[in-house]
Amino acid sequence: MSGLMQADAPPGTWQMSARRLRSRRVTDRLMRGLIWLSIMLAVVPLLFILGWIALKGAGAINLDLFTQLPGPPDDPHTGFANGIVGTLILVGIASVISVPVGIGAGIYLSEFGGSKTNIAIRFATDVLVGVPSITIGVFVYTLMVRPMGSFSAIAGGVALSLVMIPLIVRSTEEMLKLVPQAIREAALALGAPVWRTVLRYALPMALPGVITGILLAMARAAGETAPLLFTALGNNQWSAGLDQPVAALTLQVYFGAQSAYEVQKQQAWAGALVLVALVFITSVLARLAVRRAHARTR
Amino acid sequence: MRTTRLSDRAFALAALLLAGVVLFVTAAILLGIVDGSQPTIGSFGFAFITGQNWDPVQEEYGALPFIYGTLVTSFSALLMAGLAGVGAAIFLAEIAPGKVRTPLSFMVELLAGIPSIVYGIWGLFVLAPLLREDVVPFLKGTLGWTGLFQGPFYGPSVLTASVVLALMVLPIVTAVSRDVLLAVPANQREAMLGLGATRWEVIRSAVLPYARSGILGALILGLGRAVGETMAVTMVIGNRSEITASLLKPGNTMASVIANEFAEATTPFHQSALIEVGLLLFVITLITNMIARALVWRAGRGLETAGRA
Amino acid sequence: MQERGERVIDLKPEQLKRDNGVQPGYELPPQREVAKAPGANGAHGLRVSNLNAWFGNFQAIRDVSVQMKPGAITALIGPSGSGKSTFLRCLNRMHEAVPGARAAGEVVLDGENILGSRVDPVLVRRRIGMVFQRPNPFPTKSIFENVAAGLRIQGAPRSVVAERVERSLRQTALWDEVKDKLNAGGTDLSGGQQQRLCIARALAIEPEIILMDEPASALDPIATLKIEDLMVKLRERYTLVIVTHNMQQAARVSDYTGVFMTSINAAGTDRTGELVEFGETRQIFTNPVDPRTEAYITGRIG
Repeated sequence: MSGLMQADAPPGTWQMSARRLRSRRVTDRLMRGLIWLSIMLAVVPLLFILGWIALKGAGAINLDLFTQLPGPPDDPHTGFANGIVGTLILVGIASVISVPVGIGAGIYLSEFGGSKTNIAIRFATDVLVGVPSITIGVFVYTLMVRPMGSFSAIAGGVALSLVMIPLIVRSTEEMLKLVPQAIREAALALGAPVWRTVLRYALPMALPGVITGILLAMARAAGETAPLLFTALGNNQWSAGLDQPVAALTLQVYFGAQSAYEVQKQQAWAGALVLVALVFITSVLARLAVRRAHARTR
Repeated sequence: MRTTRLSDRAFALAALLLAGVVLFVTAAILLGIVDGSQPTIGSFGFAFITGQNWDPVQEEYGALPFIYGTLVTSFSALLMAGLAGVGAAIFLAEIAPGKVRTPLSFMVELLAGIPSIVYGIWGLFVLAPLLREDVVPFLKGTLGWTGLFQGPFYGPSVLTASVVLALMVLPIVTAVSRDVLLAVPANQREAMLGLGATRWEVIRSAVLPYARSGILGALILGLGRAVGETMAVTMVIGNRSEITASLLKPGNTMASVIANEFAEATTPFHQSALIEVGLLLFVITLITNMIARALVWRAGRGLETAGRA
Repeated sequence: MQERGERVIDLKPEQLKRDNGVQPGYELPPQREVAKAPGANGAHGLRVSNLNAWFGNFQAIRDVSVQMKPGAITALIGPSGSGKSTFLRCLNRMHEAVPGARAAGEVVLDGENILGSRVDPVLVRRRIGMVFQRPNPFPTKSIFENVAAGLRIQGAPRSVVAERVERSLRQTALWDEVKDKLNAGGTDLSGGQQQRLCIARALAIEPEIILMDEPASALDPIATLKIEDLMVKLRERYTLVIVTHNMQQAARVSDYTGVFMTSINAAGTDRTGELVEFGETRQIFTNPVDPRTEAYITGRIG
């Protein structure tokens, strides 16, 4: 062998000094302390925000908010019932568009993978996820509002669907990929056609996860404001039709926060709390469902 | 096993068509806003980006103040949130005791999902007064000489927007960095630990070098989010189109100017100008997101030869 | 992994005992002189008594007591899941790096129980180095910096680093192969070279004892032979403990061999690793005392 064992090499005389060891220990402590501080810095202000919203919101919440229309700005017996209904309408329209597209594209990506189209579609999904929501609003304005000559629930719904589509594509693909390949192979070996294998075996197994993904996307859409500014526009009355402007909870929080009237500011706080609660509940549900999906498919 | 049954081909085709919608829609957004901004692209050209004067009355449009505002707020936010975000991620991935790791991780994910309007209302009613009463006088006293904290402070300002953005970016940077750190193979930590390294030395000399590009990706992803963020910024930035060095002055970002002016833009030219701002915003976020994704994706895949955990 | 363990119960000692003597046909090491006194050639031994280790509630090894002779190679063999790797990782307190893992008992190095609560694991690992199953060089560091990593954290002066890196690379027979590309990435090397790089990295901090956890299991036969060669050479200056799946390897290179087995209680509810036999390698492979050892080395278990 060319490399020699240098058994006769002089033994190293250098030793780490006690001082060096001490300073290493101090550095270790110090850096760990800073890392603890970082998590505090990250979590405490955010808890502070959530706590503040909870406090202010809880103080402002009353039944009228959920049953009454907006009225005179200083009348405490008004509410944002139309906003809640409006948000439901908008998210409903968005879901009708984005769920089939998202699931279809997710199935395509996970079941018919490997081609150039696949790369292109995944790239498009990534791009779509990153489009600023205000840009989506502007786009839908030029696409629908300008030609139709009116702000509308439909336009708002389309804008929100663009927010939801990439989220659903991703979660569907991910959940389908968790389904073991053996399930598909077993079904195919029994002579089931591909479509049956996917729709009858793979998709049902992935369903809790897929539904969770849809719920998360819906919650995200319900919390969006920017895409609605020049599409749904907002409305102080009940929706007068899908081709007419419609209220949304987020828009009412936005307008309320800028109001000079204390009553409306209070209502904005209450609306913010409702939005946070919505996100919280869907997140918890999602976490539970995903954990179950993982347990099932492993 | 791929069959050529008619039903299967129809199924594949249907899935492809739906997937095609995603592609089509993405292309349509880009083409739509390019088309919508034709009037100002045609008459201002490159001067639209370099011009400092934004005057809808005179129909003169230069977007530089907004580009400046976006860059200043986003980078300030990243400056404030970056280190804490990565530190928090290190905590979650490397040193958190098992009992707090899961709830804290969940909380970070939850916070990343809070609607921006919620951050906006908090920034407007809580943060702005807090800054006005306590923080700004202190900053003026200690850092006034830098010129960053000059002039009167009323509340809505570049500073307020930056702080709100920092809080919004923080959970994203934390969540993505944590995933990147968790993707570092355990054998890298063991190698360092086996050499007699302290926990911090393991993090500094083995984990962070391995994860550095992914963490950079996480930071850029946070930057992209800050750049595109609209509502919270619009509510607290004060909306004035002026380039100033002082963070205490009101400003505008690309997103906030669209949110503020679009509904009132009556002339086709004004609308076109705002759509073009939207186009710029799209392009900037697209570039940052692509860079970030490439970096994070590479980190997730791991450096191939390094072996598995 | 579990299946192998389960087969242990099926075999009763009576069934295992063969009438004729064992003829394993293993290539045994030449009779070598093993240093008898601690520190005879700069190396220390390790005395382990009543070592128990757990992962959470699962007890991975029970009541292991054994003496690792200084300046000798001790091989630990046994079926998968028998606890030999866990045992090895207790010896330099790497075991506890796994969340929920703990160990109790005594591992005495140079008169001190390294499992003691007041002992800094960082110092233990500086004195007892480790080489892992898969080569794990740092991909972002150069070949030179890979070897220097341990010295860097100790703050060694530049001249010491340069000298020790070269010496370690020579000791692992890598120097001639890499001396012209010390700045190349640590992962640019072949698998066998990477593992020798990892050994060099462990040697550079001049430990007294080196633990190797199946160091050649991910390598091809030629690279494996080089590693085995290296082990025998390292024996001149270090105490080595190696875990291996490869009984030929244990027979070829080691002076002493310990055999781990999974033992299962009568109810079948509890399984744990135990050291069933320890002795000179020649004796273990030619004349094992425990019938389970015999069954294992003749290929009837594991």
